[in-house]
Amino acid sequence: MLSLLVFAPACVAVILLLWPKPPDRAVHWVWILVSGAEVAAVAALWAGYDGGIGYEVDTPWIPGVGSRYHLGLDGLSLPLIGLTAVVFCMCAIYSRRHGDRPRRFAALFLALETTCIGLFAALDLLVFFVFFDLSIVGMYAVIAGWGHGAQAARSALKFFLYTFIGSLALLVGFIGLFLAASPHTFDMLALTAQAPLNGRGVAGGLVLLAIGVGLAVKTPTFPFHTWLPPAHTDAPAAGSAVLAGVLLKMGTYGFLRIAMPMLPEAWRRYAVVAVVVGVVSVLYGALVALAQTSFKRMIAYTSVNHMGYILLAVGAAGLVAGTDPQARAVALTGAVTQMVSHGLITGALFLLAGILYERGGTYEMDAYGGLAADTPRFTALTVIAAFASLGLPGFSGFIAEFQIFAGSFGPAPVGAGIALLGILLTAALFLWALHRLFLGPSRHALSRPADVTGSEIAAIAPLLTLSVVIGIFPRPLLDLIEPAAHNVVDLVAR
Amino acid sequence: MTAVLWTLVTLPATAGAVLALGGRGAGRAAPAVGVFTAAAVLVLALGAAWTRPAVSVPFVAGAAFALRVDGLAAVTVVAVAAVSLLVLVFSVGDVRSGRARFFGLMLVFVAAVLLTTTAATLPALLLGWEVMGATSYGLIAFVWRDPDRLAAGTTAFLTTRLGDLGLYLAAGAALAAGAGLGLDQLVQLPGPWREVVAAGVLTAALGKAAQLPFSFWLSKAMLGPSPVSALLHSAAMVAMGGYLLLRLHALLAATAWAAATAAWVGAITALVLGVVAVGQSDLKQLLAASTAAQLGFVVLGAATGGVAGGAAHLIGHAATKALLFLAAGAWLTALGTRQLAALRGAGRRYRWVGVVFAAGAVSLAGVPPLALWATKDEVLAATKEYSWPLYVVSLIAAALSAAYAGKALGLVLRPLRADAPAGYDTEDRGTRHIGAWQKIPLMVLAVGAVLLELPALPPVAASFERLLGVPAQPSATGVAMALSGGLAVVVLVVAVLLAPRLPAPGWTRAWLGLAAAADRGVVRPVLALSRGLAAFDDRVLDRAVMAVAPAGRRTAAVFARLDDAGLDGLVTRIAAGARRFGELARYPQTGQVHQYYAQAVVVLAAAAALLLLLVR
Repeated sequence: MLSLLVFAPACVAVILLLWPKPPDRAVHWVWILVSGAEVAAVAALWAGYDGGIGYEVDTPWIPGVGSRYHLGLDGLSLPLIGLTAVVFCMCAIYSRRHGDRPRRFAALFLALETTCIGLFAALDLLVFFVFFDLSIVGMYAVIAGWGHGAQAARSALKFFLYTFIGSLALLVGFIGLFLAASPHTFDMLALTAQAPLNGRGVAGGLVLLAIGVGLAVKTPTFPFHTWLPPAHTDAPAAGSAVLAGVLLKMGTYGFLRIAMPMLPEAWRRYAVVAVVVGVVSVLYGALVALAQTSFKRMIAYTSVNHMGYILLAVGAAGLVAGTDPQARAVALTGAVTQMVSHGLITGALFLLAGILYERGGTYEMDAYGGLAADTPRFTALTVIAAFASLGLPGFSGFIAEFQIFAGSFGPAPVGAGIALLGILLTAALFLWALHRLFLGPSRHALSRPADVTGSEIAAIAPLLTLSVVIGIFPRPLLDLIEPAAHNVVDLVAR
Repeated sequence: MTAVLWTLVTLPATAGAVLALGGRGAGRAAPAVGVFTAAAVLVLALGAAWTRPAVSVPFVAGAAFALRVDGLAAVTVVAVAAVSLLVLVFSVGDVRSGRARFFGLMLVFVAAVLLTTTAATLPALLLGWEVMGATSYGLIAFVWRDPDRLAAGTTAFLTTRLGDLGLYLAAGAALAAGAGLGLDQLVQLPGPWREVVAAGVLTAALGKAAQLPFSFWLSKAMLGPSPVSALLHSAAMVAMGGYLLLRLHALLAATAWAAATAAWVGAITALVLGVVAVGQSDLKQLLAASTAAQLGFVVLGAATGGVAGGAAHLIGHAATKALLFLAAGAWLTALGTRQLAALRGAGRRYRWVGVVFAAGAVSLAGVPPLALWATKDEVLAATKEYSWPLYVVSLIAAALSAAYAGKALGLVLRPLRADAPAGYDTEDRGTRHIGAWQKIPLMVLAVGAVLLELPALPPVAASFERLLGVPAQPSATGVAMALSGGLAVVVLVVAVLLAPRLPAPGWTRAWLGLAAAADRGVVRPVLALSRGLAAFDDRVLDRAVMAVAPAGRRTAAVFARLDDAGLDGLVTRIAAGARRFGELARYPQTGQVHQYYAQAVVVLAAAAALLLLLVR
């Protein structure tokens, strides 16, 4: 069942590519139906999940190096797989009216969906790594093939090389874990149970360094984030939504899935580094975003800010000495919630940025002004997304950030206290952006002052609705995440 | 009866959200939906106050979402619901465009205030608290074409959110202490965590209540529509800052420094903003400064143990100030101006408004037997027990409230001059009309301003304390009440007589330059820092990364040259050497036997010589 969930999109992608000259409408509908079926399938898996590792698949893959095709779902991966399915489905709906060469675009996105779901389901480091690298290749093709702007190829190459080098660091770390384990294995559950580098200080530190850098590039955190703004600026809207909504989570997910439980001793020793990197990313991302003139670049930098909160939380969860495990579990629960929340909200914001570009031909905010009168629905959606992103209670961002702050304050009071300023800065930058785009005297010269269309609303409104639902009724999601977060806290404390 | 409590919050929230998102199509129905929802909310509030329900559901990790109507909340929800209804009725006549958005945002705002009032845990409180701030942004910046109003809304949101960070801090400290996030549990927290919680709560409350040094946001907020000022800056948003301290008075008392800080901040705000209010030339600015000053008395009451007095003052002030803001708004709509000089005689031109305005101003002045006279004396009685210097400062502040009330009253009640119309229409074109929608709420509020001293007067005061469930507080003596009442009458009369001659210097009109100081001290440095970091990001960090690529290419070129010239050259040279050696080796191959013999002889001779050399 799980393998079907992972590979069905890729199979459909192959069928689409082999289908000689399909009509565009048919391609779009196939794409929407398949990604919708994925959402339904994840919902069914969620409903049937009852704790521990569910839906496990485990067969030998490359026996020579002890690598197995091992998949399974738990409270960390299931929310992210749900997020992945939803974001891809909304991109499919959004793309119904956008983009050229729809057959290849749809096939590429379906293949990308397989890599993303596969990564979150993976329970073997080599399987994880393969999906990790394939996602980079897929996103490279999206930016290089469908990006706009003269720099698209260059940005795509920068994205590819930077994150690919990051993935090599990750591979080095994985090999370190493999060699330390006895018997040698890439199996995540076995490595987690063994924690093979506990008691080997230097080696543990070096392996953590390799894995940490690899994940930090992908997340991205300061100072490894500079590939993100150009990649986003030049990527097509749906590509940006997937990149920010899903691909960034691979980095933060890796911290919770690999770095913390497999290297608990090293993580505890260097957790303060994660706290510092997190706090710096929070403030730096927000401040640099405040200075941006391009709407899309601004959103890209707020991603650095939002991912910084997650680093703060995972770092605080490693500061074990003399702190309350309950508080640390709250911080980690907040971190996973933040991944889901950021995926939904930023996905919506990037789709909205795509609409802005399509209508106005530029992301520069000063080229607009007073749009609220002419495009009320576009304005309403963007205002809601902006307030959701600045962490207003009632939206998922508040649930995430409140838990991160409240949980991190005990272990890391100074870091959490400083990082709090981030939510003030994001409030300022989003309000300022709304003023420049929508309010004030009318300054825009839209050739086609068209408001959002029905299918665009159908793509964006569900993302924001889910954010509101999580913001008001967080329990179903938190009931799933909390046991897993407690589990990670226990594993780190070993 | 828990359904009453849930509906109390969700009904206005849902109705408001539907209206606000309904777009222009909802405009026609908006006033009716708004007023009927507000009326239903008032009924629900009365029901909740009567039945005192409490609800709790699991919410975030480590804390429940709990609402509870205790005595203090019961009184406050009824006051908030009543003022909201009256303000919305007034808005039917006053707000002409963007009605769906206006009534929608107002209802969401009311829901957030009711949530804040009934919240029993920190996450629930924060939810209401921050949504209140966000909707206040939308309401103050309601006329969104105007950059000044946008800036005013932004200032209000960001300044109060700066204070809100204190509540996040408090939640973190409470969780770190291992206790729950219930508001009642905060006072029992151990050691240093309780101090952090108190500091966080204090910051949040002072920010919302527009106390010093945060007061400036309230000045700018006066650019918002008058009904917004009437609700947000009397009964609801600013009042919630005072309300939070009343609710958590035990926490303040348990951390002595927090109580002392709150008391002094409250008293000094009452004093300084009182001076600022006297020195205004704009009616709404005068009322705004007086709001901050009056909230100072509420904060003072919460900090010095005068909780019942503070609560009574909060409610009396809500009715009084809503009345005054609505009257000012009625004149603004009719005459198009807020300037005190231009409003000279406005109370005679619109007599009904003049009469109720007078009732409000006399109450604000603290003249017996109206609302704020008795409630303020209750606060002062507690203050006297707490500290004498504080009492003296508050007494002066009380006299100042008579001065600014008198200034406004003296001007609007003076005879109308013939050249008055020349001063009109400074803000907007006036309608020269005040309708029944506007007059009726004013009269109801005037009744409140006249009667709301009762909770602070002896027969009712004791049962009011029991209703609130707070410890009995020292009550004002007859002498003290006569003294403060007499002082208020004298100052009021003097101020009324001198009203046109009271100065309005630049420093009071600029609210002591607080906003400019915040701009210079915080906003501009942050913007400069952000631009600097953005430049750093592009020119240093990104360039360093991008330099790796050319460096990689150059290294590759070096290796390519090494490969071409070095490695490949070596191979080529070896090949050439081998070829030359081969050519050399061809020379002996002549094919002539005698030459082979000769070569053999030479080789044998050489071998023999070698052998001889080796053997010897």
